[in-house]
Amino acid sequence: MLIEKSKFISKTTITKNTYLIKVLSPSIARTAKPGQFCNIKVSENSFPLLRRPFSICDVDGEFIYFMFDIHGEGTRLLRDKNEGDELDIIGPLGIGFNLQWDYDTAIIIAGGLGSAPFPFLTKNIPANMEIHSFVGGRTKENVIDYKMKNVSVATDDGSNGFYGNVVEFFKSRIDEFAAKKIKVFACGPNPMLKALQNFCNEKNINCQLSVETVMACGFGICQGCPIEKYNGDGYLLVCKDGPVFDSMAVKL
Amino acid sequence: MSKVDLRIKIGSLELKNPVLLASGTVGYGNEIANFTDLSKIGGIVTKSLSLKPRPGNPPQRITETPSGMLNAIGLANVGVEEFVKSKIPFLKEVNSTLICNIAASSVEEYVECTKILTSEESIKAFEINVSCPNVKEGGLEFGNDLKAVGRITAETKKVTSKPIFIKLSPNVARISEFAKVVLSEGGDAVSAINTLVGTSFNIWTKKPKIRNITGGLSGPAIRPVALAKVLEISRNCPIPIIGIGGILTWQDAIEFMIVGASAFQIGTANFINPNSGLDILKGIEEFCIQTNVTKISDLTATYQI
Repeated sequence: MLIEKSKFISKTTITKNTYLIKVLSPSIARTAKPGQFCNIKVSENSFPLLRRPFSICDVDGEFIYFMFDIHGEGTRLLRDKNEGDELDIIGPLGIGFNLQWDYDTAIIIAGGLGSAPFPFLTKNIPANMEIHSFVGGRTKENVIDYKMKNVSVATDDGSNGFYGNVVEFFKSRIDEFAAKKIKVFACGPNPMLKALQNFCNEKNINCQLSVETVMACGFGICQGCPIEKYNGDGYLLVCKDGPVFDSMAVKL
Repeated sequence: MSKVDLRIKIGSLELKNPVLLASGTVGYGNEIANFTDLSKIGGIVTKSLSLKPRPGNPPQRITETPSGMLNAIGLANVGVEEFVKSKIPFLKEVNSTLICNIAASSVEEYVECTKILTSEESIKAFEINVSCPNVKEGGLEFGNDLKAVGRITAETKKVTSKPIFIKLSPNVARISEFAKVVLSEGGDAVSAINTLVGTSFNIWTKKPKIRNITGGLSGPAIRPVALAKVLEISRNCPIPIIGIGGILTWQDAIEFMIVGASAFQIGTANFINPNSGLDILKGIEEFCIQTNVTKISDLTATYQI
């Protein structure tokens, strides 16, 4: 992990409120792993004061991609950057997805902007492995399947694909994987992750959850991003011990 | 060799420069060492230690506010025993001056912690936190009580020959009265200020943004308050002051020295730029060259009022 003065290259609109930015950040790109994140200073002055954490969406050579929704002033400032602008980025941070384990089928489950880390993960899953991606959104406008493979869609309002949430959708399809050795990789809103965690832990399915939280420093010094341990015995830090956790490690 | 004499002295403690990294913003040094050369920093003040480990408060612990942040970490720490076993070895290697911050819920606990840690050669001084706003017992209860602050100073001094700094709360009417008590009970310096009590609510859910309801406000938002408190102490009590409160740049640091600080601590800035201590050090050195200051300690309390 290091501080890199990076260069803003370009911006693409993914959905109405979701943007993808491309940044030249060679040193961070070199060591980044799927599921890790970067903490970005979105302004050159002290407003906003703190950095904003963003999941690494994809890495292509010396370039890093970040996908984000507009939530407030910080994300608005980031969206409004121009080509050539300098971005002060700390990264790569945290512990990403654990790709190890005995499995032949990778199941990716994403809710809304939870799709953000999966282009990079998809790229890094060995070619001989099957990938199934379940992508959910409130409506068809919120479904993000950017650079994902073998995608099945669920929407809360039924406007596209399965009518219902993405975890229910996955559960309804679980029998298809009865003969497979699966490993689940998931990211999305907390209630979604919690429902998935309950299901996977009950069925003894190996599952990795990428969680989101408010952060200040992003590398463990402020202690501001605790998540309760699964056994209730204290806390882990999302920034340093995560943001990806085994579903048996944390309480959501 | 530096053209400016950056060394400073607080009681019997000598520091290679006045830049200290504040308690609770550097952990135990290992994470921030990825980004900055701690051996060049004047000193680091560890995360508050208590006798037994503390898990800290449940989430959400922090929220950003205008020019600042609120935190209610709840003194999460590994406890004295684990600190000695697993954190000291790294801190020894760093070759910075180590100041150990202690937080406790009784006078006896402050004394016990100091007694255990004083035998650690690498610890050069103690900063006693009598002003944490985020724990139920101790903390601010002590910080608001002149007698308690006096007793804690006197009792901890009895069990160590190393300098004792008392970290004062700004959440009092007259901070200089507390500084006077620290001085009269043998304290070597005061650190001023700790965070200000604040809160923030979500207008849609009507719930507090942090679980503890209130938290400690830090960052540039509190800098003018901190400067006023340092000045008040400086004008009323001849005790060395370590200035703290929203320092982001070298100009901020110089301002603290002018109003009376002998040294200063960088806190929230570490979360944004983990190398800010060294950036600030470079800035103050250039300022001294530019203004013909040959000894940085000559800057302290040079206010013209």
